Amino acid sequence: MDPGLRRDDGHRHFPMTAAFAQAVLNGIMNGALLAVPAVGFTMIFAVLRYPNFAIAAYISTGALAGWVVNTTIGGGALAALAAAVLAAGIVGVIVEEAALSRLRPSGALTVAIASIAANLVVENILRFAFGNDLRGYDLPLRPDFRFADLRFGPQAIETFLLAVAVMAALFVFLRFARLGRAMRAVADNPDLARLKGISPRRIAMVAVFLGAGLAGGGGVLLGLDTAIDPLTGYRVLLSVFAAAVLGGLGSIPGAVVGALAIGLAEEIAMLGIPATYRSAIGFAAILLILTFRPRGLLGERAA
Amino acid sequence: MLSYLLFTLTLGGIYGLLALSLNLIWGGAGMVNLGLAGFFAVGAYATALVTGAGAPLVVGWGAAVVVGLAAGVIVTFCTLRLRDDYLAIVTLGFAEVVRLVALNERWLTKGADGISGIQAPLKAELGIAGFNLFYLGVVTVIVAIVWYGLRRLDQAPYGRALRAIREDQELARFAGKRVLRFKFEAFALSAAIAALAGALYAHYASYVSPDHFQPLITIYIFLGVTAGGVGRPLGALIGGYAVVAFLEATRFLAAAVPGLSPVQHAALREILVGLALILVLHLRPQGLLPERIPPAPRVS
Repeated sequence: MDPGLRRDDGHRHFPMTAAFAQAVLNGIMNGALLAVPAVGFTMIFAVLRYPNFAIAAYISTGALAGWVVNTTIGGGALAALAAAVLAAGIVGVIVEEAALSRLRPSGALTVAIASIAANLVVENILRFAFGNDLRGYDLPLRPDFRFADLRFGPQAIETFLLAVAVMAALFVFLRFARLGRAMRAVADNPDLARLKGISPRRIAMVAVFLGAGLAGGGGVLLGLDTAIDPLTGYRVLLSVFAAAVLGGLGSIPGAVVGALAIGLAEEIAMLGIPATYRSAIGFAAILLILTFRPRGLLGERAA
Repeated sequence: MLSYLLFTLTLGGIYGLLALSLNLIWGGAGMVNLGLAGFFAVGAYATALVTGAGAPLVVGWGAAVVVGLAAGVIVTFCTLRLRDDYLAIVTLGFAEVVRLVALNERWLTKGADGISGIQAPLKAELGIAGFNLFYLGVVTVIVAIVWYGLRRLDQAPYGRALRAIREDQELARFAGKRVLRFKFEAFALSAAIAALAGALYAHYASYVSPDHFQPLITIYIFLGVTAGGVGRPLGALIGGYAVVAFLEATRFLAAAVPGLSPVQHAALREILVGLALILVLHLRPQGLLPERIPPAPRVS
């Protein structure tokens, strides 16, 4: 990967323990950002039972929508995040309704393949409109501060807090809101939910809007610190999948735990192997998990 | 113009092989391989390295097939017992890791520069035009052999067992079929065919680099197989040729739109590919030549 995409962690000069502590710190922050699109992916899987590969394009859609809001009308991180969730959510619903929903009777794999095609279409519409150039958000530069040998970037902390806030809002919605509870009911047992008068079609739309929207929000969070382009989503796709598989496909708390684990694993592995292999870590994690605990950490169904 | 036609037909044969490979597992056993481009790359690099070290061409192709088989076994090893979604995710990751290794292990693959000067059989003796014609013949013969073999397999009890597994694993197991073993073998064979396609490609282009094995190729082949007819080797093969023709057509189609930058031109072509796949899935999922399921033999 382009080294320009990675921020300089600058911890190479420290002794090993400090480097390790820094990696753990970066890993937690990295994992929190990863959790947002991973929850989006796993949420769509929980309700609709197919892996939506278009999640990569939704991440990029959000990242670029946030960038437009940030650079044209000067919106801050929060405005960019809101724009991203909205834009990616709408694109997700359009794609679902136009290209995917009618294929559901043909089975999960057919829908998954169509979602790959949809990913290609959306990604290239972005490429058509924005080109391949890397773009950065226009945010004030603030110096890092240090605490006991560890470096903290103010932007990284703000991004981390935003990710935590998004997760917290989502959990409140799923736990207490009527719609959120209906969604969990459908994920748990669609037939029983229908008996209770919950419309599966409406819940599917909400799940896709939220799932795609979370992916888009994740795009902004991942982009705030680095640079973005139409392939931003594709680059993190394996990590997102790894987080969801690790937590157990369809389990939202699982995706959060999985994302933290993958975030940590990626940062810690970078102490020993070249940064170019970063996205291979997710793949290695998937193979390990599937071999030893196919249900994932918190998942139920795998076979 | 003639050389362009020869090039298109040769590439069509190579894509046809990839389509046959995908059809064997997707049409046959109902498993997806989103890492087709990875197996294609593995075969191409295997023969490039082996023949580069001085081995004859046939040994290089053999090596490609063996490495493809091995890669297929590794990828399926931990996923076969799980839902097919997991296999999709793992194969996608496999292709990405292959690309990362090809990019970064410069001592082996020369990184982004790629390996050039791969033997082109008889090119010196035949001249460029003669070589192109000769190689088209070689590719076509190999494609025909593989197609014939897969057609036999498809009609044999083995093919029926695979289809039974595709339709209902539990039932197939109940009928005494060793489901895991069938899936394992089918995937490994399919991976080997994709690797063979890579080997043919390497000696035709004389040059391989990570750029040649973008994940896009996998989508092209999915388009070809779906359009040609999933579950029927002849349909998949025709689909492989058709998708090359379609890709060339999009080149002209996109060029007809005035005032596009090169990036927009490329983006427009890929949009057309994605839309075509979505449309085929909606309008004619059985493809041009639908699968034929022969009636069960009468028991007297």
